[in-house]
Amino acid sequence: MKKVKADPKGVLTGAHYLDGDFAIAEGALAAGCRFFAGYPITPSTETAERFAERIPFVGGVFIQMEDEIASITALIGAAWGGQKTMTVTSGPGFSLMMENIGLACMMETPLVIANVQRGGPSTGLPTLVGQGDMMQVRWGSHGDYQVIALSPDSPQECFDLTVRAFNLSETYRVPVFIMTDECVGHMHEKVVIPPADQIEVVERKWYQGPVDKYRPYQPDKDGIPFMVKAGDGYKFHTTGLTHDERGYPVINAECQDWCVRRLSNKILDNADKIIDIQEEQTDGADVVVISYGITSRVAYRAVQLARQAGVKVGTLRLVTVWPFPEKRIRELAGKVKAFVVPELNLGQVAKEVERIAAGRVPTVPVTHCGGWVHDPDDILKAIKEAAR
Amino acid sequence: MKKIFYGELKPKKGAIHINKNQCKGCGFCAEYCPKDVLEMSEEFNLKGYHPPLVKDEEACIYCQLCEAICPEFALFVTLKDKEENQGEESQSRP
Amino acid sequence: MSREAERPAPTNPIDEFLRKDRIPHIWCSGCGIGVVVSSFADALRKSNLDLNKVAIVSGIGCTGRVAGYVKLDSFHSTHGRPIPFATGLKLANPDLKVVVFSGDGDIFGIGGNHFIHAARRNMDMVVICVNNFNYAMTGGQVAATTPLDANLSTAPFGNFEHPFSLPYLADACGASYVARWTCLHIRRVTQSMQEALSRKGFSLIEVIAPCVTLYARRNRLGDGLNLLKYYYDNSVIQHGADTRTIDISYQSKMVCGKFIDREKPTFLQSMNTHLKKSLGDKYVPYGE
Repeated sequence: MKKVKADPKGVLTGAHYLDGDFAIAEGALAAGCRFFAGYPITPSTETAERFAERIPFVGGVFIQMEDEIASITALIGAAWGGQKTMTVTSGPGFSLMMENIGLACMMETPLVIANVQRGGPSTGLPTLVGQGDMMQVRWGSHGDYQVIALSPDSPQECFDLTVRAFNLSETYRVPVFIMTDECVGHMHEKVVIPPADQIEVVERKWYQGPVDKYRPYQPDKDGIPFMVKAGDGYKFHTTGLTHDERGYPVINAECQDWCVRRLSNKILDNADKIIDIQEEQTDGADVVVISYGITSRVAYRAVQLARQAGVKVGTLRLVTVWPFPEKRIRELAGKVKAFVVPELNLGQVAKEVERIAAGRVPTVPVTHCGGWVHDPDDILKAIKEAAR
Repeated sequence: MKKIFYGELKPKKGAIHINKNQCKGCGFCAEYCPKDVLEMSEEFNLKGYHPPLVKDEEACIYCQLCEAICPEFALFVTLKDKEENQGEESQSRP
Repeated sequence: MSREAERPAPTNPIDEFLRKDRIPHIWCSGCGIGVVVSSFADALRKSNLDLNKVAIVSGIGCTGRVAGYVKLDSFHSTHGRPIPFATGLKLANPDLKVVVFSGDGDIFGIGGNHFIHAARRNMDMVVICVNNFNYAMTGGQVAATTPLDANLSTAPFGNFEHPFSLPYLADACGASYVARWTCLHIRRVTQSMQEALSRKGFSLIEVIAPCVTLYARRNRLGDGLNLLKYYYDNSVIQHGADTRTIDISYQSKMVCGKFIDREKPTFLQSMNTHLKKSLGDKYVPYGE
């Protein structure tokens, strides 16, 4: 993994008053993204607009494609042309992108997709918050594969996690998702962008060896193959069909096993390096509140009130939602009395927590169909119930 | 440069090389050869198709149509006797 | 069978363009796709392009397999999406020459939306569409190009849907180079491909090819040779014909030729010109 300093042309150093969507665009530019193909969809359009305004002064391409399917496909093509690429969308567009997310996983293409979640399903609540795509990001495309999903809770984190998303995607050659929501996306807060030499950016794992020895999908020691780009003379082939290390399609069960397991293990074996969770007062807690995104900020208010009422409650904020922090939650399941999982959906991450707790402790979901954030009192009630 | 008059020009001659086991017996080459040089044979190749055979090698004028039209990339023509052809190469396949 | 006949001592000149470890290919005996690939290899050789800078993108389908057999940077993307893939590839690295080589069902059926927008933007790419009038790989279903009354597995009593006229569609969308040939017009196909490869802008070359196992068999049109002959004998060459008049109907004359060849600024040229005009020296030009 080769780390370099960010290109100062794309870094808007300073303290700014930005909303989450704009912060994502700034994060992308800081991380070296010079290709953006998108399609307007509320509440993510501002990111595309900001990128379109900034890119002519930085040097790169913004193209508004004809639909989300074209957007994600153009991203994959541009990644193979050597660029760092990104798009933003929301629920309906995310559903459209699913087939080619599978293609990106199969071809092991680094790219970043931000999903500014809104109320669903279907057209739902275009202008209001939701968090209903958390399982879809993991399972949306067909077949078995692994992705990385991050969940920022503020515009500052939108900037920071976008830079991290690019670094993760280049390190692991996998699509990385930034699962914000309309609330964080449209919230204006202070965003401090450091100078370019303080931002670390991961370069792609380029192959440097002889042309005839190149095997596009021969994993390196860390399980991740070296990548090349079109135009460098390697004359490689890559396909969405199940393929062997030459990139040629091989249609049998052995190759499928080799190919698919490798794609999963690439992420699962490195989960410890990828997973990022922020815990607070979980040692000795009776109840742990597991939350992510905007809900974690609302939950924190409830946690404060619960602590004032004498409940021993800790918080665990999921900064990376996928791969899921199974190890830590399994550990905590042996120590606490209950988990409380507030989210703006009918219990998607709660089911995952419940699965991992394996019946040792109850998992109390605090569901909310979206459209607004939780009332802290609802979460407080659940915490107090759980503590009993 | 040596002057060449039309009366002294000799037609080019080609030698046809057939990769019999790559052939799928479609018959395009035999059908469209302008000089009837090829015909489909009775023998079977490894896959059970009838590859073409060169019926009349002397008649081949190195037009390379069979090479261009073969969907299997299974046959090609090389120029025979370069000296006789005044060192000219065919324009189609330099 | 003697050994020497199997391995001729001089090599086939096309071998340097093919991935020899994957030949023989999967196309049927008498399929026209191989002929189009041969014409394409010829065009690449004659056009003197740097083959390290040529990238080929295919979709899914019989013609979509071309990417796997040609020795260039090749991409086998999802069904209907080679054109946006090629768009991304070209915009990421404008030095590349990008060729989309796919079938009629892939480009104009599921990929129809992408085609019209790429043509509208005059995206710099060459689209070679092998038209066999059906979705062959999946067993011969009706496609957007199937002529009226043809019989296919999802139109078992005859097709009653009106098909596209591909050059007309490309013309209406603003493509800057449109030609149609049958695959037997080998040298003309090569010539069209050379012209398209040497120019900038969106080019479409439609090549009509026989589909033996499905289209020909279901419609009792004979084998590959019969259908190839039929297409060629029923074609007339009319360069510059009005694209509104050149539909292909079942068992009638097919008009071939180069219909459109016009100069238009490409997407990147328009982007750079316009932004330079609006933003002056602060604009950082891209790709030129």
